[in-house]
Amino acid sequence: MLETALGPVQAIGRGTLAAVDSVGRAGYLAAGAMRAFKRVGMWAPHLGTQMFRIGVASVPIALFIATFTGIVLALQASYTFTGAIPLYFVGTLVGKTMILELGPVLTGLSLSGRVGANIAAEIGTMRVTEQIDALEALAYDPIAYLIIPRVLAGLIMIPAVVALSNAVGIAAGWGTSLVLLDMSSPEFFKGLTLFFDPWDVQFAAIKSASFGLVMTAVGCFFGFTTTGGAEGVGFSTTRAVVISSMIILVLDAFWAATLL
Amino acid sequence: MRDVYKSFGTKHVLKGFSLEVREGDTLSIIGGSGQGKSVTLKHMMGLIKPDSGEISVDGQLISSLTQEELYVARRNLGYVFQFAALFDSMSIADNVAMGLRRIDDMSEAAIQDRVRECLALVDLEGYGDRAPSDLSGGQRKRAGLARAIATEPKYLLYDEPTSGLDPVTTSVIDDLMIRMRERLGVTGVVITHDMVSAYRISDRIAMLYDGTVRFEGTPDEVRATEDPVVKGFIEGRPELLEMAK
Repeated sequence: MLETALGPVQAIGRGTLAAVDSVGRAGYLAAGAMRAFKRVGMWAPHLGTQMFRIGVASVPIALFIATFTGIVLALQASYTFTGAIPLYFVGTLVGKTMILELGPVLTGLSLSGRVGANIAAEIGTMRVTEQIDALEALAYDPIAYLIIPRVLAGLIMIPAVVALSNAVGIAAGWGTSLVLLDMSSPEFFKGLTLFFDPWDVQFAAIKSASFGLVMTAVGCFFGFTTTGGAEGVGFSTTRAVVISSMIILVLDAFWAATLL
Repeated sequence: MRDVYKSFGTKHVLKGFSLEVREGDTLSIIGGSGQGKSVTLKHMMGLIKPDSGEISVDGQLISSLTQEELYVARRNLGYVFQFAALFDSMSIADNVAMGLRRIDDMSEAAIQDRVRECLALVDLEGYGDRAPSDLSGGQRKRAGLARAIATEPKYLLYDEPTSGLDPVTTSVIDDLMIRMRERLGVTGVVITHDMVSAYRISDRIAMLYDGTVRFEGTPDEVRATEDPVVKGFIEGRPELLEMAK
């Protein structure tokens, strides 16, 4: 009876301990990353490869998402504005929404699945097969060798992928306006430039850089702290995607509240 | 290792573990599963820090070195992992070259020469371009050994080098370990369950039981002991272990 009553309390206690443990491990890893950053010779040779894997290889999926987002935005804007608001505002809505919100967030969420899961699975497998211990045994700092190039690549490449996605999304919205909404190019660009502020582009870059940092760092953290075998790798991969997606959405609100 | 204690959560693995490895010897550590044999080996390599106690190699306290000092100290230590732990994104040659690339003044040509030499030493000539996944279990263990000896370490730590191998391949690996000692003068510490292998390759054998060294001696002394725990383990008689409890 008492055990049943204490069950939820114990569960909360265990959950709290696990959360504190994770924060401690993350802090430990972050401190290790600060030290490892100085070992340029160990991470620099792998930066290019990671920039390709994390950035360039993510372009097709990012552009696919951006294209259809741009099309849907234009169509929904036209549907919403019918009769009440001039149609050139379609350009305004497509531009603002793509740059400020949907470009960074949809790219961030989709790539947290692709990139974050990939990193967590790769590093997690290395952990459970003792490849990370082997790196240490061969006098390599695994944080410098594995984590720093991935996190830096995310920080550099995700803003670039998002910028490209924004351009393609706006282009898709423009094409949709011409073909399906009977708008002219001058009309679309009138709307697009009406409330355009160069700060919006910087805002998108800051936001997407933070998303890049989160998806790679969270993937590295869960991969690095994987325990057990294949099940542990699966668990880490799922956690990496879920937690990085949640942090991305929280950061999205944080940046909107602090920078706009 | 002197008076080493190590716990993982509520599990106390090492409880005042002390052991000395003599220069030039091969010492085998035997013991049941989950007794902390691999944990012991990882302490020697500095991969795990003890809760208390000292681990020293050549007079250097491994347990209190900074990360940089540890990397330098590890150049004298080679580690052969239980499942080889080869980097599966690299070829066998690149795996063997990994440790060599940490040596500042070594040219690429010298690295490649040394890689070929090490692969030849473990009878894997011509396998350099293959991926780890293309190798059999025994070949992977030999490749792991080639990687461990590439930097010419004074000490080699073997974590269950023959587990999961057939008797013929086990014998090949045993011969390699003996060759490492005789040709290269390497001091070895071997974790094993395999008593045939332990008798064959060891100068001394230590039994780890309940977090401490239960028995240490030459293979003949181990064979002759009347300690029920050691006897129960080496003869595969659980009733003796039960009686000892």
